[in-house]
Amino acid sequence: MNWEVVIGLEIHAQLSTQSKLFSGAATSFGAEPNTNTTLVDLGMPGALPVFNKEALRMAVMFGQAVNAEIGMTSVFARKNYFYPDLPKGYQTSQMDHPIVGKGHLDITLDDGTVKRVGITRAHLEEDAGKSLHEDFQGMTGIDLNRSSTPLLEIVSEPDMRSAKEAVAYVKMIHSIVTYLGICDGNMAEGSMRCDINISLRPKGQEEFGTRTEIKNVNSFRFIERAIYTEIERQADILEDGGKITQETRLYDPDKDETRSMRSKEDANDYRYFPCPDLLPVELTQEYVDEIAANLPELPVQKAERFMSEYKLSEYDAGVLSATRAMADYFEEVAKVAGNAKLAANWVMGELSKYLNTEGKEITESAVTAEQLGGLLVRIEDNTINGKTAKNVLQSMWEGEGSADEIIEAKGLKQVTDTGAIESMIQGVLDANAAQVEQFRASDEDKQKKMIGFFMGQVMKASQGKANPGMVTPILNKLLKG
Amino acid sequence: MVDQSIASLAKKLRAKEISSVELTQDYLARIKQLDGQLNSFITVTDEVALAQAEAADKLIAAGSTSALAGIPVAHKDLFCTDGILTTCASKMLHNFVPPYESTVTGRMLASGAVTLGKTNMDEFAMGSSNENSHFGAVKNPWDLEKVPGGSSGGSAAAVAAGLCVAATGTDTGGSIRQPASFCGISGLKPTYGRVSRFGMIAYASSLDQAGPMARSAEDCAHILQSIAGFDANDSTCSEVATEDYTANLDAPLEGLTIGLPKEYFGDGLNNGVATVIQDAVKEFEKLGAKVKEISLPNLNLSIPSYYVIAPSEASSNLSRFDGVRYGYRCEEPKDLMDMYKRSRGEGFGKEVQKRIMVGTYALSEGYYDAYYLKAQRIRRLIKEDFVRAFNEVDVIMGPVAPTTAFGIGAKTDDPIAMYLEDIYTLSINLAGIPAMSIPAGFAEGMPVGLQIMGNYFAEAKLLNVAHKFQQATDWHTKNPSLAEGA
Repeated sequence: MNWEVVIGLEIHAQLSTQSKLFSGAATSFGAEPNTNTTLVDLGMPGALPVFNKEALRMAVMFGQAVNAEIGMTSVFARKNYFYPDLPKGYQTSQMDHPIVGKGHLDITLDDGTVKRVGITRAHLEEDAGKSLHEDFQGMTGIDLNRSSTPLLEIVSEPDMRSAKEAVAYVKMIHSIVTYLGICDGNMAEGSMRCDINISLRPKGQEEFGTRTEIKNVNSFRFIERAIYTEIERQADILEDGGKITQETRLYDPDKDETRSMRSKEDANDYRYFPCPDLLPVELTQEYVDEIAANLPELPVQKAERFMSEYKLSEYDAGVLSATRAMADYFEEVAKVAGNAKLAANWVMGELSKYLNTEGKEITESAVTAEQLGGLLVRIEDNTINGKTAKNVLQSMWEGEGSADEIIEAKGLKQVTDTGAIESMIQGVLDANAAQVEQFRASDEDKQKKMIGFFMGQVMKASQGKANPGMVTPILNKLLKG
Repeated sequence: MVDQSIASLAKKLRAKEISSVELTQDYLARIKQLDGQLNSFITVTDEVALAQAEAADKLIAAGSTSALAGIPVAHKDLFCTDGILTTCASKMLHNFVPPYESTVTGRMLASGAVTLGKTNMDEFAMGSSNENSHFGAVKNPWDLEKVPGGSSGGSAAAVAAGLCVAATGTDTGGSIRQPASFCGISGLKPTYGRVSRFGMIAYASSLDQAGPMARSAEDCAHILQSIAGFDANDSTCSEVATEDYTANLDAPLEGLTIGLPKEYFGDGLNNGVATVIQDAVKEFEKLGAKVKEISLPNLNLSIPSYYVIAPSEASSNLSRFDGVRYGYRCEEPKDLMDMYKRSRGEGFGKEVQKRIMVGTYALSEGYYDAYYLKAQRIRRLIKEDFVRAFNEVDVIMGPVAPTTAFGIGAKTDDPIAMYLEDIYTLSINLAGIPAMSIPAGFAEGMPVGLQIMGNYFAEAKLLNVAHKFQQATDWHTKNPSLAEGA
């Protein structure tokens, strides 16, 4: 059977507010257990939530960025269930009246086609704490630092038809929230987590198949692999004539398999109802308009500007605008170097090689944008040639300092003195008298082929420091005698 | 001493006729002498009280003008008090010592009031008789065989017996007004949002409101002055400006229009109570007020609406009592589920468990629309009834409860009869308007309270109306023999 996969995603993005969604406690990562807490986060009797207006602003920004309807009246609701790291016995979330309603965004697929993915809604909710099962000898430790951290849950329509589309969508969401500066996008620290809804149906069938939900996948690579694995699992069952059980599953990256967590039958009745401790959030059109007017440049707009302003190709503009960090890095290099095309080539070429080899993000680059820009300046002004520059970049990556420091320390400066170059070339010609004879006896076509040999010898003699632009005319003149 | 008002004590404290330390010692002695019979206190804070009294004496010597400075008061045991046991009269919180102070008690401390202790109540404020307490029933000082009302029964009994000058209470469906009526004292439930709920252990968040319980309307005004007003820690607390609640207490009542809802004088109202209320209304007519019959047609729907909304909110509010972080945890739990089930099963009393179950049911999938949403719609109708009424009248009057205090144990096996106790008070909480109970007479030897209801944020008007009545009558000065004898 030819199966079509249907994928919908729920992405939890942690908003980068200073304080929590309903308390003044800090949201910083990695603090001592239970230190980033107030009465509210601990679920103390009598403590009451106070809504963080910064989280509201961020949610509205996101809504604007995905062309969504903004909920002018949104309502917090309680999702009731018992869990030791859920201190109040309910999670404050939004149900019937989310802050962000229907919207959409466009993703570009590998073949260059653009696909529109629907956003069903995005709502604000508080995170729970963390249960720690190690180090407590048969007991469970609870850390409430994360309790009440603000999350934006972004729910997509079931519009994706492959693992690749799903990853492209998650990357676009990642790109948008980091561009907006409302989420640090750090998936390893759990700042962005993903629940994947997957079902299969025979190609051509209108009706959706039974879906499973894979919870809490936290890297682009795992999302792709989890989807492939789950597609395979579901296809095997269906092709054996079996039925898919609607359930929640977990992806285990070590074994590359998904495992059942709980079935629909064990699902909680969350008994949602409007939270009586919080008033409905009423927005004015003025507030929404002001946020819209001050929205930062988004990935698509940035790519367009890179094409028009820097004359980059569509492909280059796409790569360099994929993340805000990459775009900012590139623009800084271009500014310092004064040559955007050269900057684009080096960021996407040489620098990316180092990043990929060490598995680092652009934000972790050992060479700063300013340093790389400084290197390119020295190519532009003929202090070094491109080949030498690559060696300088390696030294820079190893922390040996700025381009100028390395060029100085290693004596890599190009020789640009005409007299010095001329005498050096003469020396090379003298040492290769037979080849010079041969050259002079050859026709023009042959000569063109032979010039490379002399060029190589000159560069070798100059230890790469001779400026090739200057060498060529002098070499030609002396060869012809 | 029992009769002394906040105003007269404040005068004496400033004239150095008595110090706050002496006053506090007197009250602590009375508690020791009488509370064995009443059981109105869960915790008496002798040392804290005397230290606070000493500080208050210094404050007064330094020229403090706060009416509450040096005045010994008691707090219902659901206000969190920093470092002082706060139980909500529940086994669940039998060992809970809050690390912070509620806004209400904090503001009273800032006004210089002295905390004598924490008063008994129905567990988690659920009850109309103060029989649902882990620490035992409270007795009515007018008749030790009878209930003091609930849920703020300890506060009411303590004030009536002269064990404190005044007390705080909370009112979710009548919990200040009904015990005030049963014990012959004055009690005010302010407009929802007038007083911060921060640090009040929640029963039903959209209905809970704290207020004063004292010997007179004037005393209530002094306490309200201290506790009312915006608090950034409570999102539902109103930013409407407070008034000077004592400034217009003496304003004449000529031209005041009193609405008498016919639904408050129908079947089920005890004859003795009805007579007292009618006589009180006549007294107001003598003071220049006019009377108009009005209708609050949805009154009978307030009981079903309340008993869906309040338990629904409670079922969620009380989820945090899970044995994990504080309070009661069962012995030797086998696993997580066992810990939850036994901690909550053993920690909560019967009435609390009943309301949690009712609320859980009402919010369940498939029942939510039929119960919770419908109850909310009724709540809007009830509110509209009052809004319409206040277009025609200045205040509304009626009884607080259908009867006077009933016998201990008389209604414990008849929950419907117990819930009917609240018929005249519930709708006020559902609408969110302010209302008072003031002593208006006696029926068969037990006090009867008159209920005065006002428009939103009309607390000053209510206090004025009540004060004028108390200037013209002496019901509020009557003391139970138990208090007189001491």
